[in-house]
Amino acid sequence: MRITCPYCGPRDRREFTYRGDALALFRPDPEAGDADWDDHLHNRDNRAGRVRDLWYHDCCGTWIVVERDTVTHEVHGCEAAAEVPR
Amino acid sequence: MRIDGRGLIDRSKDLAFTFDGQWYRGHPGDTLASALLANDVRLVARSFKYHRPRGIFGSGSEEPNALVTVGRDGRASPNTRATVQELYEGLAARSQNCWPYLDRDLMAVNDLAAPFLSAGFYYKTFMWPRSFWEKLYEPVIRRAAGLGALSGAPDGDLYEKAFAHCDLLVIGSGPTGLMAALTAGRAGADVILAEEEAWQGGRLLAEDEGVDGMSGPDWVAAVQAELDALPNVRVMTRTTVTGAYDQGTYGALERVAHHLAGADGRPHECFWRIVAKQAVLAAGALERPIAFPDNDRPGIMAAGAVRTYLHRYGVSPGARIAVFGNNDGAHRTARDLAAAGVEVAAVIDSRAEASVEGDFEVIPGAVVAGTKGRLGLREIEVSVNGGTRTIAADCLAVSGGWNPTVHLTCHMNGRPVWREDIAAFVPAENAVPGLIPAGAADGVFSTAGCLADGLRAARAALGALEVPVPDLAVPEAEEGVYALEPLWRVPGKRRAWLDFQNDVTVKDVELAAKENYRSVEHMKRYTTQGMAPDQGKNSNVGALAVLADVTGRAIPETGTTTFRPPFVPVALSAMAAGARDKGFAPERFTTSHPANLARPAPMVEAGMWYRPSYFPAPGETTWREACDREVRLVRESVGISDVSTLGKIDIQGPDAGAFLDFVYTNMFSTLKVGRVRYGLMLREDGHVMDDGTTARLGEQHYVMTTTTAAAGQVMQHLEFVHQCLRPELDVRFISVTEQWAQFAVAGPRSREVLNAVLDQPIDDESWPFMACGPVGVAGIAGRLFRISFSGEHAYEVAVPARYGEALYRLLLSQAETLGGGPYGMEALNVLRIEKGFITHSEITGRVTAFDIGMERMISAKKDCIGKTAAARPGLVDPDRERMVGLRPVDSAGRLTAGAHLFKDGAPARREHDQGYVTSVGWSPMFDGYLGLGFLRRGPERYGEKVKMVDHLRGVTTLCEVCDPVFFDREGGRVRG
Repeated sequence: MRITCPYCGPRDRREFTYRGDALALFRPDPEAGDADWDDHLHNRDNRAGRVRDLWYHDCCGTWIVVERDTVTHEVHGCEAAAEVPR
Repeated sequence: MRIDGRGLIDRSKDLAFTFDGQWYRGHPGDTLASALLANDVRLVARSFKYHRPRGIFGSGSEEPNALVTVGRDGRASPNTRATVQELYEGLAARSQNCWPYLDRDLMAVNDLAAPFLSAGFYYKTFMWPRSFWEKLYEPVIRRAAGLGALSGAPDGDLYEKAFAHCDLLVIGSGPTGLMAALTAGRAGADVILAEEEAWQGGRLLAEDEGVDGMSGPDWVAAVQAELDALPNVRVMTRTTVTGAYDQGTYGALERVAHHLAGADGRPHECFWRIVAKQAVLAAGALERPIAFPDNDRPGIMAAGAVRTYLHRYGVSPGARIAVFGNNDGAHRTARDLAAAGVEVAAVIDSRAEASVEGDFEVIPGAVVAGTKGRLGLREIEVSVNGGTRTIAADCLAVSGGWNPTVHLTCHMNGRPVWREDIAAFVPAENAVPGLIPAGAADGVFSTAGCLADGLRAARAALGALEVPVPDLAVPEAEEGVYALEPLWRVPGKRRAWLDFQNDVTVKDVELAAKENYRSVEHMKRYTTQGMAPDQGKNSNVGALAVLADVTGRAIPETGTTTFRPPFVPVALSAMAAGARDKGFAPERFTTSHPANLARPAPMVEAGMWYRPSYFPAPGETTWREACDREVRLVRESVGISDVSTLGKIDIQGPDAGAFLDFVYTNMFSTLKVGRVRYGLMLREDGHVMDDGTTARLGEQHYVMTTTTAAAGQVMQHLEFVHQCLRPELDVRFISVTEQWAQFAVAGPRSREVLNAVLDQPIDDESWPFMACGPVGVAGIAGRLFRISFSGEHAYEVAVPARYGEALYRLLLSQAETLGGGPYGMEALNVLRIEKGFITHSEITGRVTAFDIGMERMISAKKDCIGKTAAARPGLVDPDRERMVGLRPVDSAGRLTAGAHLFKDGAPARREHDQGYVTSVGWSPMFDGYLGLGFLRRGPERYGEKVKMVDHLRGVTTLCEVCDPVFFDREGGRVRG
């Protein structure tokens, strides 16, 4: 598997560390309430198909949102997490 | 025997080799199999289960029978296929799975016990008495059945792994592969041509056929010369592509030194990961046997393999050869043998309409219904027109048709498709994205067809690569028609083998079906058909056809089992290349390492770092003596310790303070320049992640320290917080752990040591507790921090790493003149336990700030990572296990880390568990053990006596619960 780092180009999967769903980018307000925080911290879909998740490029320190397919293993797109609109 | 005037190998040179201790001669270019056949060695192995005598069946990596062990001890390679092993001077091969000798194997009694060893026997027989299975039956069966054995010695060979990238990977270099590589090579694409064997050419070296007016081998040589001259084409011989993976990634095993007497520094094997934008699968086809009674005797071979031995190696596997087949290839075999002067006993063709031309007898509409010959074929029984004829023959060439080598197309869940006209499976369309099957691998069986198909596949690949296709004509070659009538089995009373490698017969498959293992996957597991090194390369389709027949279904309806990587066996050593020993666990050394080794301090691992455990002094016989002395030395004079392994992160920018406020629970934006603060870091789920001190060196400049263990994790966390949660903050940071050497100078006389090495002396007024700033250290720009992990008046002094060793030696010599010296990790641990300071022994990942008594460090004035979650009721429940100090009631009592705590008088069982011990040390200051641990409602229970029980070490100690700060609770010494 290869992931395209926005700064380093296409790189081997061994250079990356997986974190989990890109939902982690959307941190609730401290006062958002238990349900929102519970969703943010714990509740994840285990989807067959397209997912967006966070990978860390160990070599350059960039966090990347990778859109990929858990069934076909295709990688559809990679963008720097800092650039993701929120 | 050798046939004069045939073969492509160099007969002018001899190579001597041994098989089972007997010396033989072969030639450069021979495989072990061709050399054995040239020497008329027919019996080379015993079968897996029944210990039946077996000979060489094929001529390539699909060989099911001829498995041997090459080499000795740690460098032995068991289960080496003799058909793949190239000959070299002095090669030593041994047979496997026989005792005491290959030709007098006593375990062949298994063959007599065959009725008890049929499919699934271990589920039905040897069931009683029950305890006998584990103690008697299984060990006996395991010893009697099997393949080669490992030496048990460490692998003495070198292995490598490597990566390659290309536009087009061509898998196989027969007519299809060569044509594809040539086309793409001329187009200027980056091409890798992977060939499993030592020579390119595939079946062009194994048949008597012309291409473009040249002989097959001459055409191969011409193409090879052109490919060698093209700088954009890389030819990798002795390289088997073993698997197809995501995004055009292929695994490949290169046998670098298998064919050499001495590796001479080369690796034995290299495991490649090849990333290809496009690939052409030109892996050819594998000939399948026919299941007729007693079809497994030495001398019964694949017809195509017989032609390979004749044309490539100049070897005839027999003196009088019969041919049995259901297609025209059988006739070709007989023609080639006759032309070479080998006596052809007869051609037995199962097709009634078979043509009868040739200088040999052809028996149409006939089948081989039996064979004779104990250690090698002697005669065959031919069933024709309801009668039986006996024909003498020492070799029988068999062809049941050809199966395209579809394996790689199945590695990503592709299911091959049945083609009725060739009675074989072909690759499903687009089974592996970017992999184009071509030639025989796609069911094209004539040479002319393969050449044209190689061109077609290359065109398709170049189209996908958007590379212009060069003008290339298809060379002229034989347009043979592949005419076959399926024949899977010949009925008879005696056993007919489907899978030679696993000793699976037609009867076993029938039995499986009868016992309702009708699914092909169930049949495979019940009979073991298609397992082991060959993965059913010869047997899968035959077994499937028999299963379809007995279950009354068509073959496509019955389906196939799944082919999984690797295509050929790959040694774990090759996949793990570079990850053995220190390659698996690299070492990181501090700048003080040589000085510590000289002392000579035993080392302990902290992550990948090596740190001194203690420094033995003359006369000390135990580590405890050294540790006690080092603790006293810090408490009474001064100790030096290398703390460079702690993570150091340089943080700069206008928003550095705001950023730190968000990652730490407490405030850092308000910290004054020139001051240090202890900080606590939480995970977003409210549990403690790490702790450490952070110094403010300038308005926009901080240096954070992390624990040694969590340095990488914290760095990644900071990047996450900045990029994912607070990208608007103008802050940058970088790890400087390796760039700075840092030493703790701890003890009442620490300032005296420092003043001997600093350019400007310091005093308490200019450097109070928690001060920091730049200093000159023997003329070098360094940093000084007045911080303490021992509770003593202490400093940490940092210099650029290249001065680390010199400064360490200087500090040690100064300390020693004052009665101090170095202290190691053991003493450091005791010192911090005496002070109740936490490490990752305490903050294990399921501990909260509340649990360690630091809930007040979570600032109410601001948000921070983990703040909201840390306030959840369950994480601040007073009933939680919370940190306490522990001391044995009897001063001689022992504490052990990992032990659990129970109420005095309660049974030491899980349901009465009250907590656990995390850190212990023997304190010379208290003349006894001190412990830190977590206890339910701990801080409310100071003074209570609890029972510590260590079931593992068998220790029970009554302890008193107390404040975790044992020593200098007021903190006077640290300020002193």
